[in-house]
Amino acid sequence: MTTDRQVIIIGSGPAGLTAALYAARANLSPLVIEGFEAGGQLMLTTMVENWPGFRDGILGPDLMAALRAQAARFGAEIIQGDVTSVDLSNRPFRVQVGDKACTAQTLIIATGASAKWLELGVDKKLSGRGVSTCATCDGFFFKGRPVAVVGGGDTALEEAIYLSKLATHVTVIHRRDTLRASKVMQDKAMATPNIAFVWNTEVVDIKDPDKGEVTSLVLRNNQTGETSALAVDGVFIAIGHTPNTSLVKGQVALLDNGYIKTEKGSRTSVPGVFAAGDVQDPVYRQAVTAAGSGCMAAIDAERFLAGTGH
Amino acid sequence: MASDKVKTVTDADFGDSVKNGLVLVDFWAEWCAPCRRLEPTVNQLAEEYDGRLTVAKMNVDENPATPPNFMIRGIPTLLLFKDGDLKETVVGMAEKAELARMIDKHLS
Repeated sequence: MTTDRQVIIIGSGPAGLTAALYAARANLSPLVIEGFEAGGQLMLTTMVENWPGFRDGILGPDLMAALRAQAARFGAEIIQGDVTSVDLSNRPFRVQVGDKACTAQTLIIATGASAKWLELGVDKKLSGRGVSTCATCDGFFFKGRPVAVVGGGDTALEEAIYLSKLATHVTVIHRRDTLRASKVMQDKAMATPNIAFVWNTEVVDIKDPDKGEVTSLVLRNNQTGETSALAVDGVFIAIGHTPNTSLVKGQVALLDNGYIKTEKGSRTSVPGVFAAGDVQDPVYRQAVTAAGSGCMAAIDAERFLAGTGH
Repeated sequence: MASDKVKTVTDADFGDSVKNGLVLVDFWAEWCAPCRRLEPTVNQLAEEYDGRLTVAKMNVDENPATPPNFMIRGIPTLLLFKDGDLKETVVGMAEKAELARMIDKHLS
């Protein structure tokens, strides 16, 4: 690892690795710091059916492995490890990875977003004890048992469909009376016999933390105020994501909703710092839009370096 | 990235494997992406604590009997045993420094 880089990319999802591919092909010898959740959200999915060019879909982890190898082939250096802090007050910017420090003339933030929890407290306490945010990781443990999925978007329905093949019964709990998920996912879920929907309903408690396992959910209908209990052995939370901005909070401008503010492509409020992917995208949040914005960030960084004589 | 310092345990030999000394067991499966991410960390711990800590892995696909005994409902899960007694449970991804601190606590 040379100490002063032209580009350091933080994150290795579709945005980070596409930025790495473009930066590498522009001879900028980028360094990619993969992060704790290397490969990003696609590592936790099964079949990705909306990545262009794959008629029959591609497995998320396979797509990420291919993208990583492609970036590496053109000279991107990809290292494991989690960035512990960044200092954006002066250029070159400082990036700390554990006890190692490196500096770069430009930085591309592609730290993505992480699954949201219910903010009940008890859900985190029972994490890995029946509460999960990843059906493909933990569904295995619920073979022949009843489970619930909380949420109404594509992720929620994808989890429900995946779980329907393992669990006896899947109850989808949604706080509205219509789903946000795409039509094709809705049709698929509605046609699955062991998936049921509970509308206008929120999870207010999860039992039983004293036993250290999930036994049931306490639900509240937000129209009538009525509460009810649902006996399940597992609950999968798919209520959206929050952008991973803790590294740069206070150093670059954020939008009111917490995402990094970008303008004129991928520029952040700090010249030389660019952002790509879900960390700056409260609207589209697709793998392909993340990849597109990663490409933009690499081109923006390249032009910035050309303009400053690097 | 396998390490020869990491022992493979099964339902058949689990009890005997954790009976003596400090033993860290990593519950994993092929299809579990976070498990693959955690693997290098577990391997490094096995190398660094060689002689003081036994590091073992259990494939949950091949060993259905042991995980329910510890109410494992998600992987990766790491269990730390001292002379057969369960001392610590870590569910999900964990950082090496954090795991090292946890192990050190039980080494004295």
